Amino acid sequence: MNYAKRLMWPLIILLALIVVNIVATGVDFIVPSVNEDGRLGGAFVNILRRSAPLLLIALGMTLVIATKGIDLSVGAVYAIGAAIACQTIIDAPDQTAAGLVFSAVAIALVVTAVIGAWNGVMVAYFGIQPIVATLILMIAGRGIAQLVTGGQIPKVQDSSPFTELGRGAFLAVPIPIWIAALVLTALALLTRRTALGMLLESVGGNPEASRLAGIRSKGITVLVYLVCALCAGLAGLIGAANLGSADANNGGLWIELDAILAVVIGGTALLGGRFFLLGTAIGVVIIGTLEDTIINVGLSSQWQFTAKAIVVFVVALLQSPEFRAWILKPIKRRPAAPAPAPAEEVQAK
Amino acid sequence: MTTQTLTERPARSTLFDGLTRYVPIGATVALLIALYLGGVANYPNFDSPQVVAKLFIDNAPLLVIAVGMTFVILSGGIDLSVGSVMAFSTMACAWLTVDAGIPAPAALVMVLAFGTLWGLAIGAVIHYFNVQPFIATLVGLFLFRGLTLQINSEDVSMREIEFWQWGMTHVDFGEIRDGGFWLPYLSFVAFAVVIVAFVTLHYTRFGRGVYAVGGSESSALLMGLPVARTKIGVYAVSGFCAALAGVLAAFATKSANPLANVGAELDAIAAVVIGGTLLTGGAGFVLGTVAGVMVWGMLNTLIAFQGNLSSWWARIVMGILLLAFILLQRVLARSGEKRRT
Repeated sequence: MNYAKRLMWPLIILLALIVVNIVATGVDFIVPSVNEDGRLGGAFVNILRRSAPLLLIALGMTLVIATKGIDLSVGAVYAIGAAIACQTIIDAPDQTAAGLVFSAVAIALVVTAVIGAWNGVMVAYFGIQPIVATLILMIAGRGIAQLVTGGQIPKVQDSSPFTELGRGAFLAVPIPIWIAALVLTALALLTRRTALGMLLESVGGNPEASRLAGIRSKGITVLVYLVCALCAGLAGLIGAANLGSADANNGGLWIELDAILAVVIGGTALLGGRFFLLGTAIGVVIIGTLEDTIINVGLSSQWQFTAKAIVVFVVALLQSPEFRAWILKPIKRRPAAPAPAPAEEVQAK
Repeated sequence: MTTQTLTERPARSTLFDGLTRYVPIGATVALLIALYLGGVANYPNFDSPQVVAKLFIDNAPLLVIAVGMTFVILSGGIDLSVGSVMAFSTMACAWLTVDAGIPAPAALVMVLAFGTLWGLAIGAVIHYFNVQPFIATLVGLFLFRGLTLQINSEDVSMREIEFWQWGMTHVDFGEIRDGGFWLPYLSFVAFAVVIVAFVTLHYTRFGRGVYAVGGSESSALLMGLPVARTKIGVYAVSGFCAALAGVLAAFATKSANPLANVGAELDAIAAVVIGGTLLTGGAGFVLGTVAGVMVWGMLNTLIAFQGNLSSWWARIVMGILLLAFILLQRVLARSGEKRRT
């Protein structure tokens, strides 16, 4: 019940955006079409496909934020994952070998997992604030990615199976959507059907109390940063496969901010202790749809940043109890108006 | 009323006390001297005073935003919007003077006033609505980048307007050949900002309030300090500094680029932390920030002198230094706790 209530606002925003798009461009916006090659296409499917990397990162970020942390390094990790995979592939003599692609993907994922574990150890064992611990890699990470690519932008041949990761389809549905949906389902099952989710919320609520209650809070903290970096690396692979290249400077630029934004829109407070994976997913689709909406209603793409700023501002204010109290004050003061606050309290009890 | 922020200080950590609080800044200065001596030993002409002077020419805008950031971080907050506000201010200078034809001094005052007002507004949102500084200033990061792009998505030149020549006017201190150096006016503006910031932080009530609020907001409130004024004030200072840095950038380049200063907020935060300021607030020095900016400049200078290294090495080294300094602060804070118990 509470869960549905939490998801209501993001869902209303998403529906409103979709309605605006349908009014602007027609019903074709939402209805998936079947392309000549038998794949699903259409504007909304494309939004989902393009949002897949952001969704992966935002899911990892949700878990980190649930433990009262934050991971600023995901954009840099995205670039590192993409750089390692692309560089491994173009260094090999035959770019079309399936084995090569598998090993390139595996190397990239292992390295990003190690980076995540490093972040986690800094936070859990050295006791450094998450924002500071991950800031280090946010600053140095793109330099490391540049180091991997030697300052060039490695371009993978279009014939390499690697590009399928971003452009391919399975059962008519684009592969990025499959990957994102699989990760979402896996994380949702892991956190809601096992005790893991509760442990996460417990660590976010109070790490010291959790430790005293017998929870290995340090291990769990390292685990969430590892998962978050792994998600970021995977997102980098999809992004690089889609473009066929890895740009160490601009690949995944500001994706950490978009991911945090998606998490916040989805109803997960930055204070930790509670998280909503499905809300995050809706938040990601809202951001993806917003970008298309701006173009569809005839604004220039430069409005994108401004629109995002407005969304962050509105969401931040709506989630602030002080703001809600301030805005409701004139209504509540009127004696004729029913007093909603006590009634709610009774219900809650 | 307690405010929880992302940069919340762990309950047990203590302020550095006694001489310990000078250890981080001492380490930064030692590092700076080591970098300089390393440069002098390895490269010819590195001992020219102009090498040091150039640090304050290239990094004058960074120095100014880092000073503003020091206020915010000392108070326990963070300001992510400075890079975008800076780019917006440069673009606004170009727009007001070139397109709108407003006299340049008036435009300059308008830009600085706008930056300050923006800081006041976002500070009020952070304080009164209890929105986390990280999220509230994220609004500024997106908003001003967007507005800058909307004003003009391409480079704007300000060369035609004579006023913008003022900033790079030289003041010579002896002939360069004879071991002299020169500095442009804009470096002196940056120095003035540092001096004013130093005096404000250490010798005024507002400055002591910044340290107190950063140390413990609830204690500051209970002591009867003007917490609201202080918290809003630091964002106004940061907004003003970001706008001023934008103006300095306009002087330095005489052009406005909508994608300038992407990531400047990170450089500023890194410089502040390397300068010995605790990211959780309450401890640090504005002169440390100057040293932090100089380290960043010195790294870039060394890479330029080496010639065959790419500029990304500066970022990697900066990350490593950041790590070293954060671990140093951790060790000092822990030993402080042990002494007390």
